[in-house]
Amino acid sequence: MDGNRRGFLKAAGFTVLAVGTGTVSVLRSARARPDAPTPSSQPAGANALVGKRWGLLVDTTRCKAREGCQDCRRACHRAHNVPDLPEPRHEIKWIWTERFRNTFPDAEHEFMAPAILDRPVAVLCNHCENPPCVRVCPTKATWKRPDGIVMMDWHRCIGCRFCAVGCPYGARSFNWRDPRPFLKEQNPDFPTRYRGVVEKCTFCDERLARGLLPACVVSCKQKALTFGDLADDRSEIRRLLASVRALRRKPALGTMPKVFYVV
Amino acid sequence: MYDAGKILFGLLVLAGLTTLPVWYNVARGKAGPQPQLTVGTTEKQCVLPTAEMRAGHMALLDEWRTRVVRHGEHATRTSGGREVRMSLTNTCLGCHAQKDQFCDRCHDYAAVKLTCFECHVVPKRSK
Repeated sequence: MDGNRRGFLKAAGFTVLAVGTGTVSVLRSARARPDAPTPSSQPAGANALVGKRWGLLVDTTRCKAREGCQDCRRACHRAHNVPDLPEPRHEIKWIWTERFRNTFPDAEHEFMAPAILDRPVAVLCNHCENPPCVRVCPTKATWKRPDGIVMMDWHRCIGCRFCAVGCPYGARSFNWRDPRPFLKEQNPDFPTRYRGVVEKCTFCDERLARGLLPACVVSCKQKALTFGDLADDRSEIRRLLASVRALRRKPALGTMPKVFYVV
Repeated sequence: MYDAGKILFGLLVLAGLTTLPVWYNVARGKAGPQPQLTVGTTEKQCVLPTAEMRAGHMALLDEWRTRVVRHGEHATRTSGGREVRMSLTNTCLGCHAQKDQFCDRCHDYAAVKLTCFECHVVPKRSK
């Protein structure tokens, strides 16, 4: 028996040694994979617009939505391959208009003139400081970036629509149908979506990375939209916010929207 | 074991039948058809050396996706030192413009389903 035990212990020892060194060399080669991430010196491109807390100010006194202007919506939806679905219940929208009474349900009262109550107001994702959609997303398909943009990863979205339910502003649309047949043209600079994912405004993160302002802001001829860094007290949006009385949508919910309105 | 001879014979026949395509090629003396790719570019060097691209393009695309979408990085350097935009539609298909003669040929051959282009746009061929 003594000889046997000795032999067994030897074999066991060599096995442990062999497996141990094998694992280490496998890990080494895995670390040296050619496709392993390489540190990039330029995080977002040389001329990217960088901010700490992006925000948007909508000046509804300048906005011509009352006269049927759709410039921002058209520019945004063309830039992001947002389809035009005929059925309202299938509608996909990133920026659209909502009546005043529905946009600011806590700012209306029964004696307000109907003209004001029914006035169209441009609405979009508010990129909340405290976004309920992010809290409820089970797959981390939506998250808040360090610059405050509430971002979406359509690769990860499983289409559970918790976020659409969590959002108090109705800013999220679900792709009930394949959107491609409803696109008049496809912009190759941006992907389309697939049936079964949720989508919304991303504050044009892909344009900011190239040093461009959001498509809606650039397209507005009335200059009713001002985009800027809320963390920078010398930015134009901060200067405007300090000089006018601006509203946010449903502030009592504590979501802290970063889209402001001059009414 | 009862009927061992019959069972073993049956198993051998089964193994022979399932590997028939292999024996067929051996008997014919030449390998089966390989996918013929149209690279579609005169560029000498892809983002990584060709062999690495062939073996690991899916891992590279996965890494690009993470960096662009989740980290907000858009530019990267190739192994040749060239700076490229991490974009499937613009960078990859910019050279390999004919997806149906490049991506699809191998993927059909290997029966690996491509889901990239359910969302990513295939630019119209400029011909």
